[in-house]
Amino acid sequence: MSSQAHTGRGVRALLLGLALTYVVVLLIAPLAGIAYYALKPGFGSIVDTLQLRDVQHAFYLTAVIMFVAVVVTGVLGIVVALVLARDRFAGKAVVSALVNLPLAVSPVIVGLMAVLLFGTAGWFEPFFAAQGIQIMFALPAMILVTIFISIPFVIREVAPLLEELGMDEEQTAWTLGASRLQTFFRITLPNIRWGLLYGTALSAARAIGEVGAVLIVSGLLQGRTETATLYVLRAFDQYQEEQGYIVALMLAGFSILLLIGIETFKRRSARAVS
Amino acid sequence: MAIGVLQVTKRFGDFVALDDVSLAIPSGSLTVLLGPSGSGKSTLLRVIAGLEMPDAGEVTIFDTDATPLPPQKRGVGFVFQHYAAFKRMSVRENVAFGLKIRKRPKAEIRARVDELLELVQLQGLAERYPSQLSGGQRQRMALARALAVEPQVLLLDEPFGALDARVRKELRAWLRRLHDEVHVTTVLVTHDQEEAMEVADRVAVINTGRIEQYGKPRDLYEHPASEFVMTFVGPVTRLRNAYIRPHDVDVQLAANGKSEEATVERVVHLGFEVRVEVELAEGGHLLAQMTREEAERLELLEGQKVFVRPRRTTTFEAGTDESAENVSPHGASGASSH
Repeated sequence: MSSQAHTGRGVRALLLGLALTYVVVLLIAPLAGIAYYALKPGFGSIVDTLQLRDVQHAFYLTAVIMFVAVVVTGVLGIVVALVLARDRFAGKAVVSALVNLPLAVSPVIVGLMAVLLFGTAGWFEPFFAAQGIQIMFALPAMILVTIFISIPFVIREVAPLLEELGMDEEQTAWTLGASRLQTFFRITLPNIRWGLLYGTALSAARAIGEVGAVLIVSGLLQGRTETATLYVLRAFDQYQEEQGYIVALMLAGFSILLLIGIETFKRRSARAVS
Repeated sequence: MAIGVLQVTKRFGDFVALDDVSLAIPSGSLTVLLGPSGSGKSTLLRVIAGLEMPDAGEVTIFDTDATPLPPQKRGVGFVFQHYAAFKRMSVRENVAFGLKIRKRPKAEIRARVDELLELVQLQGLAERYPSQLSGGQRQRMALARALAVEPQVLLLDEPFGALDARVRKELRAWLRRLHDEVHVTTVLVTHDQEEAMEVADRVAVINTGRIEQYGKPRDLYEHPASEFVMTFVGPVTRLRNAYIRPHDVDVQLAANGKSEEATVERVVHLGFEVRVEVELAEGGHLLAQMTREEAERLELLEGQKVFVRPRRTTTFEAGTDESAENVSPHGASGASSH
């Protein structure tokens, strides 16, 4: 018996060791490496890099895309989650599965889908061209694909939460005279807020890190449609490693901040339901 | 009449939850909808509240056709089995919710909430959050919240179902007293026949989407309209095609004319009462109920031979639910039919 318990402990220690090695080798070490190379040239070099017009514009673009994506995925995500959790309709299982599609499909394919719709000779291109609106190789397409890719995170988080909460509280509010809108803002939203924040933080992280789809629809116009991640890509391509490492470190730093937020929201959300 | 339900039918897919149900609930009464789970009783309550739309039929509340009205406009208070407490609001905010929605002045809301909290004996807990309350306290808060908007009718869906047995009994008695004080027309749904008998002025027994019987608790017990009511309301044993209540069974040590020989299988002491299970020599089982004194006098033991005689039996003609009662008074052997 005791030897079995010993073996169990031995196996567990081995697995833990493997997991820790994995984390150190594949995550912490490279991060430390990026930090080392970014900081090695000194503080002055960081200031110089951050004053580059392309770098500033890249961060600005990433911020704009993330902000719009977070707002839109937050609102749209709640609407879809409400429909999935509350309504009974034919084909619900199909819709429920389709929600996960953007997670399963390669971002490159998402980018190609956007090209097919909005690119030259794309299905919707004549309409927008007639209005004088540039979609492809401009900010609108970059935002569209980012939203498409990051919206599942909100839906997947909020829909199960709504199902678990049930409708008792909402229906009580109705009988007390609250309209559907009042009920949503006073009862539903406060109940799902941590889950919603968790989902939007995940989608924000995804929006910042997205490369594939954005790469295809951006047209790679330096200083115009270049996000921070695309800048890093180009910097290494053009032997500007120093700037590449600095921008990469800043992106990583922001992601870690988001991660801390994500963990906090996740815990609060779990606590709110119980 | 406070609530009128007229030929209401409600289906969920292929399942018929309510099958052409009609019911008139008198003003100021406490009416219980009693039935097993899946019988349609909760659906009926939700149709009255406007939380479910009937496929056919009408609902009137104080002579207004409520059928097209949303739950917001029906003047109903609704209490759920699992309290539906607004988790992020204090007890005070919970109770004040309906009044705030109605934009009543703050001072008035405060006074009204204090009054209600006293009514449900939660004064002093106003600033607590639902998670800091016991189940019984949460349910009383839910009741105060429903009463705050002065509903025309109060609808309670298994309100004590999630509470433990002792609290359930306490709250049941308390609810009855509260109703006698407040007098708002109340409909309570339960699957617990004891609860129904204890609190109700009138009981509607519901089974498979239909009302089996609607009447005073005593009538249901004494004059059940169907086999279902007979077996669902109060304990009963079936002997051949007759139903017998345990307290209608005489147990004697000596044979006496019409009595049947039986063997005691089990003696269960329930405080003042003793329940005796016997197996008849001719086959079949009977449940007999007697006082403790009676049981002590007979000195009943398991395995002992006794002679039993049902004083009163009820039979239902196959298919029709027409009932016939046979009453044989002590000593005499004559039977009178109902």
